[in-house]
Amino acid sequence: MSVAEQIIHPAASIHPIDNLLRADRLPHILCPGCGIGTVIHGYAHAIAASGVPEDKHVCVSGIGCSGRAAGYVNVDSYHSTHGRALPFALGIAVHNPELNVTVISGDGDLSAIGGNHLIHAARRNVNLNVICINNFNYGMTGGQVGPTTPLGAKGSTAPHGAVEEPFNLPYLAKATGAAFVARWTILHVREFQAAILRCMEKNGFCFIEILAPCPTSFGRANNIGDGFHEVEIYRERCRIENGATNVGELDIDLIDENKPITVGNFVDIERRPFME
Amino acid sequence: MPASVAKKAITSDEKPRVLAGSHFMLGDHACAEGALAADLDFFGGYPITPSTEIAEHIAHRLPPLGGRFVQMEDELASIAAIIGASAAGARSFTATSGPGFSLMMENIGLAAMMELPVVIANVMRASPSTGLPTMVGQSDILQARWGSHGDYGIIAYCPASPQECFDLTIRAFNAADQYRVPVFILMDEVVGHMAERVIIPEAREIPHHPRKGPTHGPDEKVFLSYAPDDDLVPPIAHAGEGYKVHMTGLTHDERGYPALNPPAHDKLVNRLVDKVRLNAADIVMYEEISTNDAETVVISFGCTARSARHAVLEARNAGEKVGFLRLITVWPFPEARIRELIDNGNVKRFVVPEVNLGQLRREVERLTSLPVLRLNHAGGLMPTPDEILEVIRS
Repeated sequence: MSVAEQIIHPAASIHPIDNLLRADRLPHILCPGCGIGTVIHGYAHAIAASGVPEDKHVCVSGIGCSGRAAGYVNVDSYHSTHGRALPFALGIAVHNPELNVTVISGDGDLSAIGGNHLIHAARRNVNLNVICINNFNYGMTGGQVGPTTPLGAKGSTAPHGAVEEPFNLPYLAKATGAAFVARWTILHVREFQAAILRCMEKNGFCFIEILAPCPTSFGRANNIGDGFHEVEIYRERCRIENGATNVGELDIDLIDENKPITVGNFVDIERRPFME
Repeated sequence: MPASVAKKAITSDEKPRVLAGSHFMLGDHACAEGALAADLDFFGGYPITPSTEIAEHIAHRLPPLGGRFVQMEDELASIAAIIGASAAGARSFTATSGPGFSLMMENIGLAAMMELPVVIANVMRASPSTGLPTMVGQSDILQARWGSHGDYGIIAYCPASPQECFDLTIRAFNAADQYRVPVFILMDEVVGHMAERVIIPEAREIPHHPRKGPTHGPDEKVFLSYAPDDDLVPPIAHAGEGYKVHMTGLTHDERGYPALNPPAHDKLVNRLVDKVRLNAADIVMYEEISTNDAETVVISFGCTARSARHAVLEARNAGEKVGFLRLITVWPFPEARIRELIDNGNVKRFVVPEVNLGQLRREVERLTSLPVLRLNHAGGLMPTPDEILEVIRS
């Protein structure tokens, strides 16, 4: 095939991860500037690099914008109920340990309504790869505050600013027993892709928080003009500290311009996997 | 099935999966043995009175047989886990009681919508709320039918003895796989905590109806997870089989992809209801005693049916024209048979004793203008034969 033929060929049929996305479902529902597509893209690349046959990868999501991730990846995929992606995925992973099961869902889904399942799945060390897309709010329902919203940040249910302390999700995952814990942003594409790949290799409960812009809901309410603006914040304020031991002190405050955002692969330990 | 989930061969020092023989057994244990005999793979549950003996028994018996028992963090997790296991091809099961059953409601709708077969035993106790945790109730029968939001079809069996706890649990697993619906075993505290003789047949005599699988290979063409056959039930492909299925609680098309429009919704929801409704003649089970010439027909189920049977036989012995209709499936409701009894012209009235304030009576009243006499306990007590006889003779 000549270069010219390749150029005029529909891009969808020649892209190296085309077969890992459900192209027949495009266009997707995500807003311009949203970070979720970048995460889905990284997950697809990790599948391709994993050496595990596509047929043995399974994706489970909960509800919300991030919960739609399962609908766009071309592996056996399950869009479960709000908060219940983890126990649903546990059922799959425990019944068939040959499967490489990844949960992609949002911060509200995994840490608010599904918070109890998160801590118990980590405690058990179930063999799951969990990608928690943290956009600091409930995007799909229109920008309500949640357990990751920075103190003082605005949301439609906190028009005067959030009054609660947010979760530090890597700290929570580490404290409850996760075998692998990382925090990245969608700016760190190569890093989070490598982290997902590491999760796929590990037998145990692996948790990656990926910060992602939600310009339509969170950004608009908090003077973060668009997706690019938030990625600029990541670029200016993120510092990489792999193996950081003070995870408990690494809270994120997206609003406070003076606070750095620490990202990296924080935990990578061996623990007895569930049911082994 | 991958080797890692294949059932272990039985060694001589382990009890076999099917405990063929005659036993003196608790209803809860008989239910658990029924699940094992039905080839249970995965149990996810949370302790709750008066169902806990089911989980305990399965925790003891299932792992040596190669199955998985997971005590989950709550009932929300239990139901989600068994649906997930079902998606991976497991025969999966949970057992609970009123408060736990309430917590499971949302995902019972998910199982109905994804058409992933699951079996749920609800050993009913006196409710609402925490109620009388250790005492009998029969007040979850409408919740079993209508508890999750929206319209969908389910099947519910009501055992009246430990033997039926065993037999109907096997039937529940087969029905769940055949129709791809959530199936309930609506036990009650009396039946669950009663010990009686249970005869378990040889393994080869246990009926086993596997799920319908795809009729083509994964690479031949796109598999349509929700394209139904004539029985309105689609074939199923499981996680890991290569068909790249997508399942969602959203309204979806035959491929399983979200289809967020009213015509798609109408088509899907009608099929979810119709696959039980239109197959009701094959699903419905009941037992009758001398209804042919009966002027009074007692309709009952579960533990109450034991008192009712006694009362009806006593009335018959005294020459009274009394018949008995015992519902073995409460859902689908055996309305065709009840309409026949009404249409044959002999029946002048019905008597419906139950341990709730009239949930089954309401279903009977829906079908007839004949008097439907009530005998209710709110919970904690079951009607005695004498109490039922008194209503029959009133």
